[in-house]
This record gives sequence, C-alpha cells and structure tokens, in this order.
Amino acid sequence: MKKGLKSIAIKFVIICLVVIEIYPLFWMLTASLKQQSEWTSKPAYALNSGFYIQNYIQAWTRGNMNIFFKNSFICTVVSLFFIVLFTVTVSFAVTKMRWKLGEFVGKYFEFGIMIPVATALIPLFQIYSGMGLLNSRLCLIITYTAFGLSLSILLTTGYLRSFPDEIMEAAVIDGCGIYKLVWYVVVPLMKNAIVTVLVLQFFFKWNDLIFSMTFISDQKLKTVQTGLLYFQNEFGAKNWGAIFASVSMCVIPMLILYMILNKRIIEGMTAGAVKG
Amino acid sequence: MKKVLENKTAIAIFVLPALVIYSVIVILPVIWSLYYSFYSGSPGLKWEFIGFDNFLRLFGDSNFKASLAVNLKYISIVMLGQVGMGLLLALMFYFWLKRFKNVIRTLVFFPVVLPTVAVGQLFQKIYEIQPNYGLLNSLLNALGLTGLIQPWIGQASTALGSLCVMDIWVAMGFYAVIFYGALLDIPGDVIEAAKIDGAGGLQLFRYILAPLLRAMIITCLIFSFSGTVKMFESATALTNGGPGAATRSLSMYMYNVSFTYNKVGYGSVVALFIFMLCVLGSSIIRKFDIKE
Repeated sequence: MKKGLKSIAIKFVIICLVVIEIYPLFWMLTASLKQQSEWTSKPAYALNSGFYIQNYIQAWTRGNMNIFFKNSFICTVVSLFFIVLFTVTVSFAVTKMRWKLGEFVGKYFEFGIMIPVATALIPLFQIYSGMGLLNSRLCLIITYTAFGLSLSILLTTGYLRSFPDEIMEAAVIDGCGIYKLVWYVVVPLMKNAIVTVLVLQFFFKWNDLIFSMTFISDQKLKTVQTGLLYFQNEFGAKNWGAIFASVSMCVIPMLILYMILNKRIIEGMTAGAVKG
Repeated sequence: MKKVLENKTAIAIFVLPALVIYSVIVILPVIWSLYYSFYSGSPGLKWEFIGFDNFLRLFGDSNFKASLAVNLKYISIVMLGQVGMGLLLALMFYFWLKRFKNVIRTLVFFPVVLPTVAVGQLFQKIYEIQPNYGLLNSLLNALGLTGLIQPWIGQASTALGSLCVMDIWVAMGFYAVIFYGALLDIPGDVIEAAKIDGAGGLQLFRYILAPLLRAMIITCLIFSFSGTVKMFESATALTNGGPGAATRSLSMYMYNVSFTYNKVGYGSVVALFIFMLCVLGSSIIRKFDIKE
C-alpha cells in the first residue's frame, strides 16, 4: 500500500515537470491560431475555437518574416561552411602535422572560449563601420565564423588526438598526398565530430541576437531574431495572434529539426558543455 | 610519412586563413578595448586621452553598481537553479523512471534548442496582465488565487525573478541530460552495494553519487556561469532591462553606454570588466575541483 502511494506520488511529480516544460509551447501553438476576439471573450488558457491561419499569413508577409528567414538562412549556412572547413584544417594541422608552433596555435585558438562576446562588440563595430561593412551579410558571416572556431576546434582536436596514425600511414605509403589524405581519409573518419560541430554551431548562429542587432539596422537584412524582437513595435502590442504566429514560425522549424535529429542534437549540444 | 606531415605549404594553407580571421575578429578587439578604455567620448567625437579616468569613474558610477548587483543576483539564482534542477531531474530519470525514459528526456530537452528571442516573446505573453491576462495570471484567476495576480515583468520586485524562472526553464533539460549521462557512467554495482549496505536516498547521494559526480557538477557550474555572466539576450528579449533598471545586466549597460550614449571609451572599460569577471569567476569555481 505504502509503495503504491509512493509510486503514484513519483509519477505525479514527473508528470508535473514534463507539463511545466511542454505546456507553454503547446499554449503558444494554440494561441497562434486564435482570433483577436477570443482573447477578450475567453481566458488566456482556453483552447483555440478554430484555426485562424490568417495570423500566419499576416506575420509572413506584412511582418516580413519571409525576408528575415532568408537572411538568417544565408548567414547561418555560409558561416557553417567556413566553420567546418577551418575547424577540420586547423585541428588536423595542430594535432597531426609536425611543426614547432603547432601546440601553441592550438592553445591560441582554444583561448577564445574565455572571451565574452560583449568585450569584442565595440571594437568590432568600429572596425566594420570603418570598412563600410555595417549593414551587410558579410560582416555577420565573418563574425559568426570567427566566433564559432574556438569551441569547434576544441571539440575536434580532442577527437583527432585519439585517432590512430596507422590509417594515415597506410594511405601515405600508397602514395597519397597531404590534401588527398585530409579529404579522402581524415574527413570521412571525422564525420561524427563534424556533425556534432554542425549541430552545435547551427543553433548558436541561428539563435544569435547580439551581433545581428548591433551590426544590422536595415530592415531588408535583419535576421529572424532581430526581426522578431521588433515585431511587436510594428504590429502593436494588441495583435497577439500575429505575434504568436511569428513566434511559432520560429519555433516550429526547430521542433521539426529536433524531432528528426534529436539524438544527434542532444549529443552535439551537450558535447560543447562537457568539453568546454 | 614524415615528409608529408611536415609540408610547410600545406600547414600554411590549413592554418593561416582561420588564424587571420580569428585574430582580427576575436583576439584583436580585446586588445583594442584596452586601448579604447583610456579615451573619452567616441572616435571622432570628443576623442581625448584621459588616462585612467574611465577606470576611476567605474567605482563611483551608481548605474554600473546597480547593473553589477543585478548581474550577480542573476548569476547566482540561475546558475544554482539550472544546475540544481538539472541534477534533480537526472536523479529522477535514473532512479524513478522505469518506462518512457527516452521520450521524457527528449521532451525535457526541447526548450534548449529554441531561439532566445522567441522564448522571450512567449514568456512576455505568459506574464502579461494588460490588455488581457496572460497564461499565468489567467491560471491564477481560474484557481481563485486572485491575490497573486500581478504584472510579473512590469514591476521591479518580480521582474528579475520572472527572468530567472524563464532561463531556468530553458536550460534545466540541458543539464538534466548531461547529468543523466554521467549517472549512466557510474558502475551499477557501486550503487547496488551501497543499497545493500543500507544506504538511504540522501546518504546514497551524499556519500556515493556526489563525490562521483563532482567533476561533472563543476563543469556544469562553469558552463552555466560563463553563460550567465554574459546575460544579455534573454533579458533583452523579455524585459529589455526594465522596468527602470531592474533587469539591466552589465552587458546591457555596456551596450547602452557605448551605442546609445556614444561613450565608447567608458563602454570599453565595462566590457573589460565583464571579461575579467568571466575569467575570475571560472577560475574560482575551478578551484573546488583541485581540492582533495
């Protein structure tokens, strides 16, 4: 009897916690489908009475969400490409190649983890404004790439160190040059580490706010996060439907991505913490 | 083999582009901040060398002190909340949950991947009181707890707390997954043996699990600390530092000083302070690891 009571209590606690984590998101999705009148006539927790898709259409076109998504997508994908490229080459050079400064350069890259974004912000603003790069996708891409390197290199060097030299030796004996060696032997074997870096950095770059709100003021170049931040000013605080629709629009792609890749994502996101 | 790996051209091609970008964008600005910190105004506008005046000013600046206090409160609440709740959740998964482990782990982790701004907007509506009650107030209303209905993020007394709740909500699943992984690495027979010897729940945690998890707890504290020192995005998205300066962090103060009031030199001093705080804080936490 006592044991049964205890297990019911435990189940109750666990259910409560799961509800706390999930219910706000569920509420957001239902709220995004409500008509304006439902907010005044019913309490906020009530379910939507119909599927008022108009909110989404409004957010997508009048709220410029289509432009914001395009900008975020370009900046994220291009910087991810360079992050992976540089991460693979640098971490290979500092762990496996033989040169005097190798170890020092590796340490130098890893030091960047300690630097808060806020500290670099003012000089970066001055550099970009001097070069006329403010309000361009280029300055975001450069910044995202540079700030993505430290953690990514830390993760991949750890992986490469445990990587057996024999495979490389065999390839070299077969007449493989250094570039072919990296591309055909090292990269395929690093696939897991690369995916981890991609997942981790994708979320960091896609969710970035501080850089894009500092460097970009042109409405046409804003990313999803900055766009969303000022969304309320444009639509008015009373248009809850459109605001919820725009927030849902940012959350739903993440939800889908997460559903497909959840093991990979959990692995990637936690690797950053455990190693960092 | 040796020859291939000593190829100087290849090393240059592999390292130089990244090295240049990283040095210019990440390392140089820190040094540059140091240089800026000796000047008043901003480049081109009352730009004069003033020595250590900016640093001295920091100690008399009540706005700075207020932001520091907010930031430190935020760090301590959120750091303990995130790591503590994460650890509790992980212990619960490990000992209590028989079925649905993976499903619940997946669900609990989900808020971690959400954009901070979206979460901020969502919580704005949860805490809302005007023009309609938000989720929290309407639930309190339905439960008959009308005395508790209040403008959660609209008043100085509850704004910081509401912000902390949001950030703990976002990250506790993240730490739960990390701790759960660490628990799975502990050999099962260690725990079994302790149980057979009659160790109760608390004793088991105090004498067996806590020492074994110590390294992981330290790692998580450092990670959470370096995230909360930078406090910017979630506060910007939820309250934008308000009401008044109730949730204004050091980073936000630095942002205002340098970009709104154009005092780049003074802003750089605040930026350097954040950097020092970050380095100092993590090395203090790390000290706990070396003991014993």
